[in-house]
Amino acid sequence: MYRYDTLDKEFLADRSAEFRHQVARRLAGELTEDQFKPLRLKNGLYLQLHAYMLRIAIPYGTMDVRQLRQLAHIARTYDKGYGHFTTRTNLQLHWIKLRDMPDILDALAEVDLHAMQTSGDCVRNVTADPRAGATAEEVDDPRVWAEVIRQFTTLHPEFSYLPRKFKIAVTASPHDRTAAKTHDVGLALKRGRDGVLGFEVMAGGGLGRSPYIGQTIREHLPVGRVLSYIQAILRVYNRLGRRDNKNKARIKILVAQMGAEAFAREVEAEWALIDGSQVDLPDTELARVRAFFATSFETRPAISSIFESAKQEDAGLARFARNNVHAHKAAGYGIVDVSLKAIGETPGDCSAEQMEAIADLAERYSKGEVRVTHEQNLVLPHVALDDVPAVYAGLKAAGLASANINLVSDIIACPGLDYCALANARAIPIAQDIAKRFSDPDLAERVGELKIKISGCINACGHHHVGHIGILGVDKKGEEYYQLTLGGSGAEDAEIGKILGPALPAERVAGAIDDLVEVYLRERRDGERFLDTYRRTGLQPFKEAIYAEAH
Amino acid sequence: MPKLIRLVGGEFVAEDDRFTNVADDESAPKGDVIISLTRFQSEGDALLADGRDIGVRIEAGETVDALTYDLPRISLVALNFPTFRDGRAFSSAALLRERYGFKGEVRAVGDVWREQARFMVRCGFDAFEPVDGSTAEAWAQASGDFRHVYQRAADTLEPIYVEREAKHGL
Repeated sequence: MYRYDTLDKEFLADRSAEFRHQVARRLAGELTEDQFKPLRLKNGLYLQLHAYMLRIAIPYGTMDVRQLRQLAHIARTYDKGYGHFTTRTNLQLHWIKLRDMPDILDALAEVDLHAMQTSGDCVRNVTADPRAGATAEEVDDPRVWAEVIRQFTTLHPEFSYLPRKFKIAVTASPHDRTAAKTHDVGLALKRGRDGVLGFEVMAGGGLGRSPYIGQTIREHLPVGRVLSYIQAILRVYNRLGRRDNKNKARIKILVAQMGAEAFAREVEAEWALIDGSQVDLPDTELARVRAFFATSFETRPAISSIFESAKQEDAGLARFARNNVHAHKAAGYGIVDVSLKAIGETPGDCSAEQMEAIADLAERYSKGEVRVTHEQNLVLPHVALDDVPAVYAGLKAAGLASANINLVSDIIACPGLDYCALANARAIPIAQDIAKRFSDPDLAERVGELKIKISGCINACGHHHVGHIGILGVDKKGEEYYQLTLGGSGAEDAEIGKILGPALPAERVAGAIDDLVEVYLRERRDGERFLDTYRRTGLQPFKEAIYAEAH
Repeated sequence: MPKLIRLVGGEFVAEDDRFTNVADDESAPKGDVIISLTRFQSEGDALLADGRDIGVRIEAGETVDALTYDLPRISLVALNFPTFRDGRAFSSAALLRERYGFKGEVRAVGDVWREQARFMVRCGFDAFEPVDGSTAEAWAQASGDFRHVYQRAADTLEPIYVEREAKHGL
């Protein structure tokens, strides 16, 4: 993991002191809320329905034990004892008092954490594959690049007042777990035909009210040139992005209006004029950053007899192993997903006690590391297979052993109308209803991979456009209704879902999901996921099942 | 009290403005003037022939590229911030300094606040017309309260990784 040294720590201390001063000016009435708003947003502080909400950055979703314990401490001391992991792999605390903010930022800084650029029209938290450094699929460690991009874009003087927010994801595996194509810029590390490492650069993806899939603007960018290329993209966007209408200000609109090829030409022209030696990092610095991410593994047999016999004896563990334990690059290790989607709970919520339990397990069994996924789950990336039974037992004791990764109850949901001032409808209770309906784990496993994503409004924080089943809350004359979309995907086969038909009232949503699943189980052929069946059959059979009775 | 703050030899000083800002529908008074890009393009030669200093005001939607060949003839470029949130002038300033090597004054005008002071200085602005009543001292404090930066810009600060290498003698 990247470790802050004195210089990084001083940078954070200065930022914290600056905000303490700004909060004091606000509390003394020297700044109005209007003047204070852009300042607090740059520190991740929103004013929501009931209180201030603080969004803490977890850079590329990577935490160590000390950081997770501090987050638990902050949640307990300054909030209601829990936090909410988001699709940007950040942690949100929803009940914050303004006067506590400076102390919270200091507490975060103690463990090299911050809330910089988790809001506002700037480059947001950079995300990366949660299995980085653990999966055999990757061609390089994306965290190295995510970290140097994080540093480069932190308080960048030219790009802190962009037309709109700007999100970057870095992936290095053919299987994309970052939703790179729904980002303003998605970077996919690949080897060229000559074996040289490069980035495929995708731009102009995004969800929200006008969803777009990112388009490739450069097939193979030499890795060492990524910062100057990002500078070129940001400069073109800063100069040409629309500023007359907030809803048309994201880079996706610029790319769509110019056309990806014209946009790419503009970026290349700007890039050609940038002096790369002033922007791109020297190899010594890249090597310094890279060294932080090296992890060593003991030599272990590929098959663990302890794990195998434990699975024989415990069907619960066997189920957990099938759904939550994934192949690791080192023999005898596994990547363990920790589901924050217990049936009936709020997706992404985690109590202070649970954070501490996970931290304890990570310290003992996962080389002190924890990851956050954009699907609002956590990961213990380096668990020896021998230790999986102990990890499972520890998770079970903390109420964290739901064996539902990628299954129907592994739902992404935004906070919705329960918390958010922008929402039209609640998202969390809908997620809970659906999860309860599919609480039989055998049924859930029979259905297999099914990604349901729920947003409480058109801003699409719940990524409904790219759900295999997407659910969007809408307001119909003061009533909460839900529009269903099918066939979306945020992975390497990214696609925007298609609207199934007229919106349904809240009480019909869970039943409709049941009906859609039945159509799938009836229609599916060998090995097909829900998404594959939909792609083969199209919307029609699903539509009939939901709307037939209305005709 | 003068409302112009200039960065002179590393110090922020409040100064009376020797330039008159002239709107397009006003006739140019005697002395040094700041005029719009359009006006500069039509009347610039004549005004320069009077032997005065000329500044050109660039709106956020205009590009400084249009001034490239005229930069040696003008003393000042005023970059307008139509609102606090509009960051286009940051790129314009960076381009003037880094790409076009402009050595004259780059002035921030419009919705200019001390909270942007550091970013403005880093992008190459050296004159400011704050609307928030900032004094030169407040401006100096706001622009100088960070010890380190993570990237190069139009100023002379070296990024953290260069400081680190120097420190460890790498």
